[in-house]
Amino acid sequence: MTSRSLRAVHRLRWVAGRIGGAAFVVWGAATVTFLSLHLMPGSPAMAYAGGAAAHPTRAELAYVSREYGLDHSLVVQYLLYLGRLVRGNLGYSPSQQQAVSTVIRQNVGPTMELTLCSLVLAWVLAVLSSIVTVRRGRVASSIGSGLEILTASLPQYWLGILLLEVLAFHLRIFPATGGTGFEGLALPSLTLAVPLAGFIGQVTREEFEAALEQPYVTTARARGMGDWGVRLRHGLRHAILPGLTMSGWALGSLISGAVIVETLFSRQGLGNVLVQGVTQQDMPLTIGVVLVVAVVYVVANLAVDLLYQVADPRLKRA
Amino acid sequence: MTLLDAPITPLDEQPHLPPGAVHVGARRRRWPGVGPLLAGLFLAILVVAVIRPSLLAHGNPLTVDQAATLLPPSIHHLFGTDQNGRDVYTRVVYGARESLSIGLAATAVGLALGMILGLAAGLGSKWIDTVVSRFLEVMFAFPSMLLALLFVAMFGAGVTSLIIAVGIGTAPGYARMIRGQVIAVRDTPYVEAARVLGHSRKRIVFRHVLPNAMRPLVVLGTLGVGQAIVWASALSFLGLGAAPPAPEWGAMLAAGRDYISVAWWLELIPGAVIVLTSLATTALGRHIQRGIEGRIST
Repeated sequence: MTSRSLRAVHRLRWVAGRIGGAAFVVWGAATVTFLSLHLMPGSPAMAYAGGAAAHPTRAELAYVSREYGLDHSLVVQYLLYLGRLVRGNLGYSPSQQQAVSTVIRQNVGPTMELTLCSLVLAWVLAVLSSIVTVRRGRVASSIGSGLEILTASLPQYWLGILLLEVLAFHLRIFPATGGTGFEGLALPSLTLAVPLAGFIGQVTREEFEAALEQPYVTTARARGMGDWGVRLRHGLRHAILPGLTMSGWALGSLISGAVIVETLFSRQGLGNVLVQGVTQQDMPLTIGVVLVVAVVYVVANLAVDLLYQVADPRLKRA
Repeated sequence: MTLLDAPITPLDEQPHLPPGAVHVGARRRRWPGVGPLLAGLFLAILVVAVIRPSLLAHGNPLTVDQAATLLPPSIHHLFGTDQNGRDVYTRVVYGARESLSIGLAATAVGLALGMILGLAAGLGSKWIDTVVSRFLEVMFAFPSMLLALLFVAMFGAGVTSLIIAVGIGTAPGYARMIRGQVIAVRDTPYVEAARVLGHSRKRIVFRHVLPNAMRPLVVLGTLGVGQAIVWASALSFLGLGAAPPAPEWGAMLAAGRDYISVAWWLELIPGAVIVLTSLATTALGRHIQRGIEGRIST
C-alpha cells in the first residue's frame, strides 16, 4: 500500500472511532435519564404521571404502569425504554398535555435560532475586539483585554436585566418581551453573546498576538502590505482556528445560558419548557428535553471535531 | 470565570515540583498588585458580614414596612427597598452568610465527588480508569445547567437540593482535572525514584502522589466557590433555590423578577454583589495559583 492510502485508512479509522465514541455517549446519556427516573424518591409510575403534586388517580397510575410497562422487571423496562427512544417516542408530558416529542418539536426552533444567533454574534464581537485592539498600544490593548475578562464573568441573568433596563425600559429601542423577528431576538442573543465573546476573545487575542509576530507577517509587511491587510489576511486566519474548537463547548454553555435567558425574557424555547417541567415535576418532559439537548450537544461536538480536521490543513500530515 | 460550563483553570501547565521547591521565586515581590488587594478588601468585608452582620447594617432584614415599598436607592435606603418595604442593603448584608455557605458547600460537594472519581481513575487499575473515564464522557454530554436541573427535578427545589445540584454539575470537571493531575504526578521522576528506592505503594501514594496532586485543589476550590455562587444564584433566579422571605442573594433575585420594569435595584444590586464576590474569589484564586506556580506574572 502506498503511504497515501495508508494515511486515508488511518483517517477513516479515526473518524469511525469518533463516531463510535459519540454513539456510546448517547447510549450512556439515555441510560442516565432512565436511571434518574428510577433513583428519584417515589414510584416511577408517579413520576410518569406528573408527580404527587398532580394528584393522579388510581386509574391514571394503572394506565401509566401499563403504558410504560412498569410492572415488568427493571431490565425489561430498560429495554422497553430504549426501544421507545429508538422509535422517537419520548413519552407523554402530563403538564403540557401533549407528547413530549411534540412539545420539543414546537420549541426547538426558537432555541436553535437564539443559540446560533448568539454564537455568531459572540464570534463577531470577539474577533472585532481582537482586530481593533491587539497591538494598538498599551491603552487600547488593556481596555480590550480588561473588557473581555469583565464580560466573561457576567452572569446572563444580570446582564440581561441590565440590557432590559437600559435598552428596553429607558431608551425603548427594543421590546422587553416578545417581539417578532429581529427585534425579539436582539436582546436575548446579545445577553448570551457578550459573556461568551469575552471568553472567545481571550483566546483569539492570544493567538492573534502570536500570529502577528510570525515571520510571514514580517514578510507581508516588507512586501508593503498595509496594516489592515496584514491583520485581515494573515492574522485573522490563525487567530480564529484555535477558537473554533471552543465552539462545541460554547454551544453547551449557550444552552445552559438559554435556560436563564428564555425564562428572563419569557421567550418560547426548550429552556423555558425545561424550567416549567422541573418546577411542575413533569419528569417525562424534563428527561426528554435533557436527553435531546445532550444528543444535539454530542453531535455538535463530533461535527466540530471532524470539521477541524478539514479546516486545519496541518493536521492532515499527522 | 463565571460563564456557566466554563473550564475553571488549565491545570496541565502546572509544574510538578517536589515539595519544598514550590516557593522559590514566589517571594520575589511583596506587592501583590491592586487587583488582589481590592479583592482581599471586598472579601474581608464579606467575612465581617458573615460573622457579625449587625456591624455593617443596623436594621432587621425581615422588617416589613408597607409605607416604604419599592423605594429607589437613597441616603436612607442605600440600596432601596423591596416590594414589602424591606431594606435591600440590610438584606444583602445578612444574605452573605447563607449565599456564601451555599457556594462553599456546593464547591465541597463538587470537589468531593470529583476527588472520589478522579482518584479512583488516577490511582486504580486500568480497568477502573476506563470505566470512570467513560462515565465522565457521558456526564460531559449534559451541559452543566441541565445536569443540575435534572437533579432538582428528581429531588425537588430547596437549598439542600440546590447545593447538591450545583455540586453534581461541577463534579465531572473536577474529576477530569484531578485524574489528569494524579496521572501527571504519578509519572514524575521523583515518584519513579521513590519506586526504585523500594518504598511501598501505600507510602508512595500518601507521601508523594497525593500531596503533590492535591496542591492545585486549593486554587481549584477558591476559583470554584465564585463559580458555584453564580451557579446557585442562577438556579435560585429560576425559583429553584432558597424560599423567598430568607435574605439570600439568589432568593432576592427570584423575588425581584416580578418587579424588573419598576425596580431595577432589586435585581441589579444583589446581582452586582454576586458578580463582585465571584470576581474577588477568582482574583484571589489566580493570585494563589501564581504563588504556587512560583512565577509572578505582571
